[in-house]
Amino acid sequence: MKSPGTLTVAAHGDREIVMSRVFDAPRHLVFEANTKPELLKRWLGVRGGWTLKVCEVDLKVGGAYRYVWWKESAGLEMGCGGVFREIAAPERIVCTEVFDDPWYEGECVNTTVLTEQGGATTLTVTMSFESREARDGVLRSPMERGVAESYNMLDELLKVPA
Amino acid sequence: MQTQSLDATFAALADPTRRAILARLASGEATVNELAEPFAISQPAISRHLKVLERAGLISHGRDAQRRPRRLEAKPLAEATEWLENYRQFWEQRFQQLDTLLDELKALNRKPKVRTAKG
Repeated sequence: MKSPGTLTVAAHGDREIVMSRVFDAPRHLVFEANTKPELLKRWLGVRGGWTLKVCEVDLKVGGAYRYVWWKESAGLEMGCGGVFREIAAPERIVCTEVFDDPWYEGECVNTTVLTEQGGATTLTVTMSFESREARDGVLRSPMERGVAESYNMLDELLKVPA
Repeated sequence: MQTQSLDATFAALADPTRRAILARLASGEATVNELAEPFAISQPAISRHLKVLERAGLISHGRDAQRRPRRLEAKPLAEATEWLENYRQFWEQRFQQLDTLLDELKALNRKPKVRTAKG
């Protein structure tokens, strides 16, 4: 599979995480894939048996979104949601984010910016947390999940005959 | 890795002066005076920054009692980088699925559509 961009992740200042990634697709498609439920369900956190069971997006300022991931085999559920603060299709979205079962303190404000150049789109997400502790907690937490997902990937790789 | 030491590392790295000090020390050890030189702030202020860096384990000082040269300690920085790398991989896996979806959408877009009336 082609992987056009390398994701960069940096801790900025006290309370922010900034991620940036290039996609080999025009901006309007990247915007749609990030805002249309039928497309989000195809990629956002859906691997290793997880599906996006609930995916509701009321794409307007003051509108809410809600995601619930579900892993049927393990009977696990994880939900999050928030409210859109700014929408400028197809280049900018600002929204809040709160998890049902919070793994960080307070809410997070996500600013997504899309820029297109030569048919490729750079997606930059700035996550702004309420405190340094919340930010650092987030940086720590995916490690376990990241490792688990890596093992899942390894499982899949091992299934493919060399 | 200890939770507290990661917090201390990120807190220490949150300040631009302290990052500049670390960048300077990456090219070799230096005394407090040498470190203070490029900055428009007092030596006591520099010393305070050095204390924060030292408490986070990011720098140490040499045995020379007179000069007490500071040097970079690579380990906590490497550990902080490792956390970021884990987070990066977590999202990279998600985005690789988005790549696949976008390839599909592009292919659909290229196909002539019924609703695109052509003559």
